[in-house]
Amino acid sequence: MKGVDEKEYLAPGHRACAGCGATIAARLALKALGENTIAVSATGCLEVITTPYPETAWEIPWIHVAFENASAVASGVEGALKAQGIEDTNIVVFGGDGGTTDIGMQSLSGAMERGQNIIYICYDNEAYMNTGIQRSSSTPFGASTTTSPAGKESFGEDKFKKNMAAIMVAHGVPYVATACISHPQDLMAKVKKASEIPGPAYIHVLQPCATGWGYSPEKTVKLGKLAVDTHMWVLYEAVNGKIEVTVKPSQKLPVEEYLKVQKRFRHLDEEHIGIIQNFVDGQSKQLGLSE
Amino acid sequence: MKSIGAAVRDPGSTRRNKTGSWRTFKPVADKEKCIGCGLCYLYCPDGCISLEYDPDYDYCKGCGICAEECPVKAITMERE
Amino acid sequence: MVVKVISSAEAISEAVKLARPSVIPVYPITPQTKISEKLADYVADGELDSQYIRVESEHSAMSAAIGASGAGVRVFTATSSQGLAYMHEPVFAAAGMRLPIVMANANRALSAPINIWNDQQDSISERDSGWIQLFCETGQEAFDTVLQAYKIAENPEICVPVMVCVDGFILTHTVDPVELISQEEANEFLPPFTPVNAYLRTDDPMSLGTLADPGHYLEIRYDLEKAVNASKELIEEVGKEYGDKFGRYYGLIEEYKSEDAEIILIAMGSICGTIKDVIDEQREAGKKVGLIRIRSYRPFPKEALKEAVKDARLAVLDKDISFSVGGALFSDVRSSVNNESYGFVIGLGGRDITPDNIEEIIAKTENPTNDVEWIGLRE
Repeated sequence: MKGVDEKEYLAPGHRACAGCGATIAARLALKALGENTIAVSATGCLEVITTPYPETAWEIPWIHVAFENASAVASGVEGALKAQGIEDTNIVVFGGDGGTTDIGMQSLSGAMERGQNIIYICYDNEAYMNTGIQRSSSTPFGASTTTSPAGKESFGEDKFKKNMAAIMVAHGVPYVATACISHPQDLMAKVKKASEIPGPAYIHVLQPCATGWGYSPEKTVKLGKLAVDTHMWVLYEAVNGKIEVTVKPSQKLPVEEYLKVQKRFRHLDEEHIGIIQNFVDGQSKQLGLSE
Repeated sequence: MKSIGAAVRDPGSTRRNKTGSWRTFKPVADKEKCIGCGLCYLYCPDGCISLEYDPDYDYCKGCGICAEECPVKAITMERE
Repeated sequence: MVVKVISSAEAISEAVKLARPSVIPVYPITPQTKISEKLADYVADGELDSQYIRVESEHSAMSAAIGASGAGVRVFTATSSQGLAYMHEPVFAAAGMRLPIVMANANRALSAPINIWNDQQDSISERDSGWIQLFCETGQEAFDTVLQAYKIAENPEICVPVMVCVDGFILTHTVDPVELISQEEANEFLPPFTPVNAYLRTDDPMSLGTLADPGHYLEIRYDLEKAVNASKELIEEVGKEYGDKFGRYYGLIEEYKSEDAEIILIAMGSICGTIKDVIDEQREAGKKVGLIRIRSYRPFPKEALKEAVKDARLAVLDKDISFSVGGALFSDVRSSVNNESYGFVIGLGGRDITPDNIEEIIAKTENPTNDVEWIGLRE
């Protein structure tokens, strides 16, 4: 396939659920980076499913230490490479939304502020899936999770998702982007660009999760497309803080199209769907995707 | 060389674990219809579809993404 | 030969400079900061060619140390007290991943109440991490021990990180003459690090920090237990090699006038200086008193201790407390030898330890009333 590295850097046989979006994200990112890459994982789904000792799915050097410290581990790896005079090796970090937006926030902030030359990829499935679908600060408004369940007195999560990309832009990170596994060429182009720009890069990848969101596994990509087409998830990049939308859906679908196919949103009534639609409309305008 | 501290010196060794046994439905392609767009290859979470659409049934978990996303409906899911 | 009148913090920094670590991730905390500041000076002046990473926390200091050591280079970091407690999680990971990191810990009390002064509760609280813990009595020993620590940690048969423990303020901020060795001598004693167990190289990829299920975890932990035990012999060997080269010999324990002693005090760190003075006085007064200084707390020198204590009565001094049990060293001594032994908790949070206190301990061991006593408590 033109422009796509045909080598697999994440071997099959890993223990991901059927239809896993995280592995799609990792596979595509690694294709964009190529073999001259060292990967660092935060604790989470991707780490657990890929390295059941004495096996590993990784074809490239890989290290995992704990949940909250992947950016610090990567900083150390970068120091070691520099000390050895190795300058052309990519260092990519994979952290889930919990490992990035919650517990990993401090070490990520530190690494980005220091300008460590690492590519941080957050694979965002909008809850702590590895521990059983608990709410993270990346869980969207209205989602029912095991710690923000919908009930008689609750409509599920009552906060909007943390805007990580904006936080990264505020750090002065030279390359920040959002991506989605449903748009592989866009995702790979962004990862490639991230590797070519000196200094740190942050890419926030939305990856639907059949187990946590409540849909049938074959719909993983479809859900990603719906997120993009409803403007729930806007694909853009920010080069030195300048935001540019990279994928403009031909028509904007109502958010309900996205919400109604997922078990986590099934309890929402018109009022809450309206709140989400308002939020999405505002976000879409702010990013320049719609008038 | 013996590894210590749970280091694994055998890259890609999850291949020893044949996840094909997880499958209840299996993707089958009508190669006549295939236009070679490569989307199934890119989307496969297990990286077990070749560009010519020969799924590696040793690993295919039968998630059905390839069948769902095929723009010309060349792939169908058949019960094992 | 160069002798400098310097603090332990500077002595450690001098030794680290001679060891030439490739990466130094550090985060400030009293009383360790004197070490990281000095290393920053060396890097700023071009005397030390290291990647100095100013991380945003101790948790990240140890995490970056693991990343760098995992990538296959020599690493140094330093911490104290709350910092060590904060890095507790990756401290365990460093040992579990068998990475030969060397870290200095300037011993300081743990909160609460918050207290910046010396005791050894911080290191003791990491005793089960799988690290080798070497406690130093003087600045000279701190200098010598850092160089030995790398040689021990990096031995391919061992691959266990080493914590060099020095009493905060008492050692880190007071000066003493320290005999230094030259870079050539250091290079000869401690050659450049060649990783064999763990590295991150694109031409020979490995995965570090994998998930071990109940079918594998036990064996991997047992391997670490074997390595920590095996390090006993190596610590002795390296201490002897260092002595043969530079005239100062080290081992797992130091015996001071304990040969014929009826009462032996057992302690760690700078307090041993005071104890030795008191022993000298008591010996002059005809009392058969001696000291065994535990230099290697982990691995615990069970065998050496057994041989050294003979049938003496033991007084074990702890600058730490395992509540309701007594000091940690006391528990370890009791589980290692069958001698009549008493525990004394002393000096917590930087409370002065005077010769009178030591005399009181000796007197209480002669006429014991309690298993464990807290010394120096105000009425």
